[in-house]
Amino acid sequence: MPIMTIDDLQRILVSCAGEDDATATVTDSAGRRFDDLGYDSLALMETAARIEQEFGVKLPDDEVNDARTPQELLDLVNGRLATA
Amino acid sequence: MTGPHHEPVYVTGIGVIAPNGLGAQQYWDATLEGRSGIAPLTRFDASAYPAALAGQISGFEPKDHIPGRLLPQTDVSTRFALAAADWALTDAKVDAGSLVDYEMGVVTSNASGGFDFTHREFNKLWAQGPQLVSVYESFAWFYAVNTGQISIRHGMRGPSSALVADQAGGLDAIGHARRTARRGTRLVVAGGVDSAFDPWGWVSHLSSGGVSQVTDPARAYTPFDSAAAGWIPGEGGAILVLERAEAARARGESQIYGEIAGYASTFDPPPGSPRPPGLRRAAELALADAGVTPAEVDVVFADAAGLAGLDRAEAAAITGIFGPHGVPVTAPKALTGRLLSGGGPLDVVSALLSIRDGVLPATAGTEDVPGDYGLDLVLHEPRAARVATALILARGRWGFNSAVVVRAVRD
Amino acid sequence: MTRRVVVTGIGVRAPGGRGVKEFWDLLTAGRTATRRISFFDPSPYRSQVAAEIDFDAESEGLTPREIRRMDRAAQFAVVCARDAVADSGLDFAATDPHRVGVSLGSAVAAATSLEREYRVLSGDGAAWEVDHRYLSPHMYDYLVPSVMPAEVAWTVGAEGPAAMVSNGCTSGIDAVGHAVQLIREGSADVMVTGASDTPITPIVVACFDAIKATTPRNDDPEHASRPFDASRTGFVLAEGAAVFVLEEYESARRRGAHVYAEISGYATRCNAYHMTGLKTDGREMAEAIRSALDESRLDGTAIDYINAHGSGTKQNDRHETAAFKRSLGDHAYRTPISSIKSMVGHSLGAIGSIEIAASLLAIEHGVVPPTANLHSADPECDLDYVPLTARERRLDAVLTVGSGFGGFQSAMVLRRPEGATA
Repeated sequence: MPIMTIDDLQRILVSCAGEDDATATVTDSAGRRFDDLGYDSLALMETAARIEQEFGVKLPDDEVNDARTPQELLDLVNGRLATA
Repeated sequence: MTGPHHEPVYVTGIGVIAPNGLGAQQYWDATLEGRSGIAPLTRFDASAYPAALAGQISGFEPKDHIPGRLLPQTDVSTRFALAAADWALTDAKVDAGSLVDYEMGVVTSNASGGFDFTHREFNKLWAQGPQLVSVYESFAWFYAVNTGQISIRHGMRGPSSALVADQAGGLDAIGHARRTARRGTRLVVAGGVDSAFDPWGWVSHLSSGGVSQVTDPARAYTPFDSAAAGWIPGEGGAILVLERAEAARARGESQIYGEIAGYASTFDPPPGSPRPPGLRRAAELALADAGVTPAEVDVVFADAAGLAGLDRAEAAAITGIFGPHGVPVTAPKALTGRLLSGGGPLDVVSALLSIRDGVLPATAGTEDVPGDYGLDLVLHEPRAARVATALILARGRWGFNSAVVVRAVRD
Repeated sequence: MTRRVVVTGIGVRAPGGRGVKEFWDLLTAGRTATRRISFFDPSPYRSQVAAEIDFDAESEGLTPREIRRMDRAAQFAVVCARDAVADSGLDFAATDPHRVGVSLGSAVAAATSLEREYRVLSGDGAAWEVDHRYLSPHMYDYLVPSVMPAEVAWTVGAEGPAAMVSNGCTSGIDAVGHAVQLIREGSADVMVTGASDTPITPIVVACFDAIKATTPRNDDPEHASRPFDASRTGFVLAEGAAVFVLEEYESARRRGAHVYAEISGYATRCNAYHMTGLKTDGREMAEAIRSALDESRLDGTAIDYINAHGSGTKQNDRHETAAFKRSLGDHAYRTPISSIKSMVGHSLGAIGSIEIAASLLAIEHGVVPPTANLHSADPECDLDYVPLTARERRLDAVLTVGSGFGGFQSAMVLRRPEGATA
């Protein structure tokens, strides 16, 4: 049972990096690359920091960098939470 | 003189974001009709502070003007600057994508940085810890943020800069933009926008000692009045599109509001020095730079500090050049408050629109100008006048003086 | 007839020594001035190292009133200005103040004082609506930091054009470039110009932590700044200042002034790409370099030394290496390049001026300062970065560059004065 859901990620991404009307929500595009969704490295750093605070999890920089899609980031977070 | 270093530089686009109007036309209509943007602060409860009137921008909905992705990373002042730059480029009918990136630059002035944004980050740091500080703080705060964000948004890669000189800095940005254009950049987006109306920013304004504590919005900021009691801080400003004359004519698509014909800046001697202050000299240097005699100047847009000592000093500088009652003087900023880096550029806009419409805006609120000031201040109502040349003055705290001369361009 | 601009006076406060001589000794010895942060307890922070200055305002000749009034960055600027004026030998009292201007760079300006006042006004963040009863009478000057060039203008008696140039991390080059333009166009004959920044304060450390731009190498502070090395992990925050006296060449020559160098070219460009990110191709920095060379009427092959931005972030080192190749071609491989940030860290808006000072001294002494802590270069950084040891070399033309947030890319060319020997 995942602790962080795709809706949580959507909410945090919007709060940290904003949203454009034109872009699809990550809920619909969990497998698309962050680049294609318009999220740059700063946006992901801000998002990772927010997830760390909210879910009390530590996300190593290189593993965050390796997460290229919302689904991969979600898997990373939930994997970490499961082993914590 | 001719040659690239003396080629005229024109204003072809205007973007205004002012307490009494969003966009140049709204601002100008409000200014001619005497509608003020000075009112009690609503962004937070300022009632516990010694002063609570401000020239606050209202009706600006950021998401209507700024891409969603830029909202989390921008201070309110940068949103204003981005919107004003958009409006100016639209007004000039510039399609930035069709011009060479290195031939477009951005020069803005900024006095207080992204202060509301940085206050929030200071608050997170001290209340919750360093891990809470945003990745965006590293650039949302600094004084170059508006130049950088405008450059990115419009793909402008030419020579660019950010200048800080308190309320005088906005004219310096326009002067430096003209310099940049003359040195070879065909188009420069230039001006200034400021805002610091979070509680910390607000009390910082108050610490200057010059903010009016009069509670009647109509009487709080009355420059050159015998009852002048200080100024009201405002937010916003103006962004202009400057183009080299040949480039503007070659593009041929936009109106030409006028020429930035002269510019100069000076600094006062140290406090207590018997040497004279530098405002008059800045004005004279700007007139000389424009090749204009005092008799040719149709109006002066004053710095208009709203404190007796500073008002008297400015009146002396003006009458020293033009003689007593020698030129109409006005201060439309009585309707907006003093906008820091935005003040000079907004006055340049007013001067250009005075040229366009043949009308001088009034200095709202001011009733009784001491006779010994020797000023022909435009009072109560706008005054119809043929305007071909205008002088704009600005002073910054501690001794910064800048002056710009704008001139009509007749085909 | 174009007016030419020369440097006749230098004042420096950099980490690891007081004044120009100690600064140059540190650089040529390849010593580092980075250490664990001592100004506050850095243990809650990701990056805990910095290049701090042991600055004693009183022994620097500042009065108690000046010390109370001025932010630390303004204090640095003022003492550097005094040094530069003395070094220039120019009699400022006999110089028309109207023809003397000030152009001072800073990225975060009064950050130190802002943080101090914030803590007082808010009760360490307890109150959003801060308590104005604790307001410092100087708070406005921390909100609007143009008091810094004002203090310098009062110090030297300048009444010409004065302003702060605040272009983030290129401020130190751009402020001096601005001054050069003012002398060339005739707006001033003398400019007192340079830059100062004192950012070693919690908010600034925290904001670079957040973007992971500063190094987390906390276990070995003396070797934490490693530009171009494969093991680098980010820059080391620093503080400092450098201020110069610039003069119109003919008048400097007539009075027999000692001339360090001519500033023959300056240019800046924006990348219009990202507020913090850099493209790998170095295109805009290369364009700034080419433009500064054009203004100097020099071919790229004339450059004898490049004083690099060399911050020690992976993206910068690669971006910059690409820019040198793009602008200088094969000559880039034959040119010694070094980063003094390896020794004195990255003092944001100030470092560009400190690097100009290093470049002037390199010309003066015929010595290229090294890049400290460079043992094994990043394979993608394949130029000559002068590792560890200074080199003697006659330098006729030096290029110094800067790169910063907002996308600013700046370049300046300094030339040995005619007839000088070294």
